[in-house]
Amino acid sequence: MSETKVSRSVPKPSKPWQPSAAERAQSLSVGVLAALASVGLVALTPMKGVLPTVIFFGIFAVLIGFVKGTFTRGSTTGKNNAIGILLGLGTCVALIPIASILQTTVSRGYKGIHTGLFTEDMSMNTAIDPITEGGLLHALLGSLIMVSIALVIAMPLGILTAIYLTEIKGRFSRPVRFLVQAMSGVPSIVAGLFIMSAIIYPITKSFNGLMGALALSILMIPTIARTAEEVLLLIPNDLREAGVALGGTQWRTVAMVVVPAARSGLITAMILGIARVIGETAPILLVSGGGDAINVNPVEGPMGSLPFYIWKSFFFGTEEATTRGWAGLLVLLVFVLILFTLARTLSRRKVRR
Amino acid sequence: MSFSDSVSASMKSGRDFQNRQEKLEKDATMNESDQAKSPKPSSLASVAKSHISRGNSARRLGTGLEAKGIHAWFGSNHVLADISLDFASGSVTALIGPSGCGKSTFIRTLNRMHEFIPTAAMAGEVLLDGKDIYAPGTDVTKIRLKVGMVFQKPNPFPSMTIGENVLSGLRLAQLKVENKDDLVEECLARAGLWSEVKDRLGEYGGALSGGQQQRLCIARSLAVSPHVLLMDEPCSALDPGSTLKIEDTIAELSETMTIIIVTHNMQQAARVSDYTAFFLSDGGPGEMVEYGKTTEIFSNPRDKRTENYVTGRFG
Repeated sequence: MSETKVSRSVPKPSKPWQPSAAERAQSLSVGVLAALASVGLVALTPMKGVLPTVIFFGIFAVLIGFVKGTFTRGSTTGKNNAIGILLGLGTCVALIPIASILQTTVSRGYKGIHTGLFTEDMSMNTAIDPITEGGLLHALLGSLIMVSIALVIAMPLGILTAIYLTEIKGRFSRPVRFLVQAMSGVPSIVAGLFIMSAIIYPITKSFNGLMGALALSILMIPTIARTAEEVLLLIPNDLREAGVALGGTQWRTVAMVVVPAARSGLITAMILGIARVIGETAPILLVSGGGDAINVNPVEGPMGSLPFYIWKSFFFGTEEATTRGWAGLLVLLVFVLILFTLARTLSRRKVRR
Repeated sequence: MSFSDSVSASMKSGRDFQNRQEKLEKDATMNESDQAKSPKPSSLASVAKSHISRGNSARRLGTGLEAKGIHAWFGSNHVLADISLDFASGSVTALIGPSGCGKSTFIRTLNRMHEFIPTAAMAGEVLLDGKDIYAPGTDVTKIRLKVGMVFQKPNPFPSMTIGENVLSGLRLAQLKVENKDDLVEECLARAGLWSEVKDRLGEYGGALSGGQQQRLCIARSLAVSPHVLLMDEPCSALDPGSTLKIEDTIAELSETMTIIIVTHNMQQAARVSDYTAFFLSDGGPGEMVEYGKTTEIFSNPRDKRTENYVTGRFG
């Protein structure tokens, strides 16, 4: 074979469906024209500032895109262009607050970051101490402990609720689904008040980490249940039928076939549940006692948490305390970001093949 | 799996196909010349050869299945009317008929999968080894252990490896088995898959091709040693090569068990079955138009509608 090697000309791979340089320049010119028009309009009229320029830029971009499309290829293309530009602008507008939050938190929070932050607590420090003293270890530990306990309570309850809704489909599934949906809209302070009035005042009479965890689990259950329900609904019915046709009871089929097949989705449900409660301040404020010292015992003594630390720092209002607050926010934000990234990667990874 | 094996297998199937093709053409020309005569033999008559001469094997499991006066409804929609069929132990019965005539519904009544559809209702009796599976107090999971099922779409459990898939029935039904490795090998070998997967039992079932997945599903059903195997269009999603392998598997399995297969593929019904039942719905509930030995259904059908269907004049 190698001796009679046929020289064959292989065409260069190309992507003819992509816009050419000229077309790209044309699209760019739409943006440039719109920018010029909006700046010109604002300069010629009594309007001032960035906001009207941005608004008119959007209007002009949509209009010019529409006119250009209509003249080159007809009104269908014109409408298509207009909607496309509108959607792009809408996305930008939606991203502005997110970018702004991130930018503010990072630019103000980084000043408060120091190594002592993760090794010390605030029990020996006051609000006017320099920023390099004290830390938020007590808050980080408190958050971790409370969220973990809440997870241990809410995860089985949430998944069992989802299994009831998708697998058993009993007579109560409609009211249960309605309640779960309604519960996910419950203001978080109500959860704190509920624990306070139903458990703390009549029974335990003490504010501690466990109470905070209970309040958080109330908020967590609906999130986990709803996400888990969606995930279980995606499992094809074929698998359930196959399990039952092999002589399994319904419970065995669910436990051995359906839940393992939905495993990665259930992990996502868990992480979304954590992310739902990790930033909750109100219920924690009411029931966990809010300590400044490291306390790893959830059933005794006040327990701090990150959102509480942030709230308290801003409450003092001194310059040092405010910087501490921003630093706490940054830590919390990074933590949530890590969780969401984890959720995305875990849910994107399909069931192992 | 050696390369030469697969080559010779495909060559063999190719030759079979050629022979069949020639026969079909011959039959077709005969049909044209005999057009005036009636009844016209189906072009598949030559393919349908009766296997009933199979001896009474001692390995046979159970004494067969009998359906008596089966009716089925979905809500108020009467979909199946008065089907009575006797499936002898060790026979292969094909259910043919156009879509929507109730074949699948019928076989789902035979292992009580029908009741999984919330609006479903039924009437009649299904006797497994002489006992009605719908009798009150029957343990439905035991019924489904004895009456296995292979579905239209291959559905291996995605969270389990190939080996675990084969043993899944035992785990689902909480049965104990002495030597799992032997059972896995035996089931996979009977399903005609062992040589292809013996080195990759730890891989996930989804890594196999469609035809292999379907044979894995057959192996999975075999692990709990059912007496009856229901197959609901097991080859409709597969290529001809995989179909051929599954048909070989069916022939092998019928040595020991009763097989009921729904198929839209008339050639397949003619190739694999001993008996054939033709179902039809004329707008109302599906009915069984004709039942008989496969050779007779394809060569000498009593009913005009059967003849029209098996000769490909409709459906």
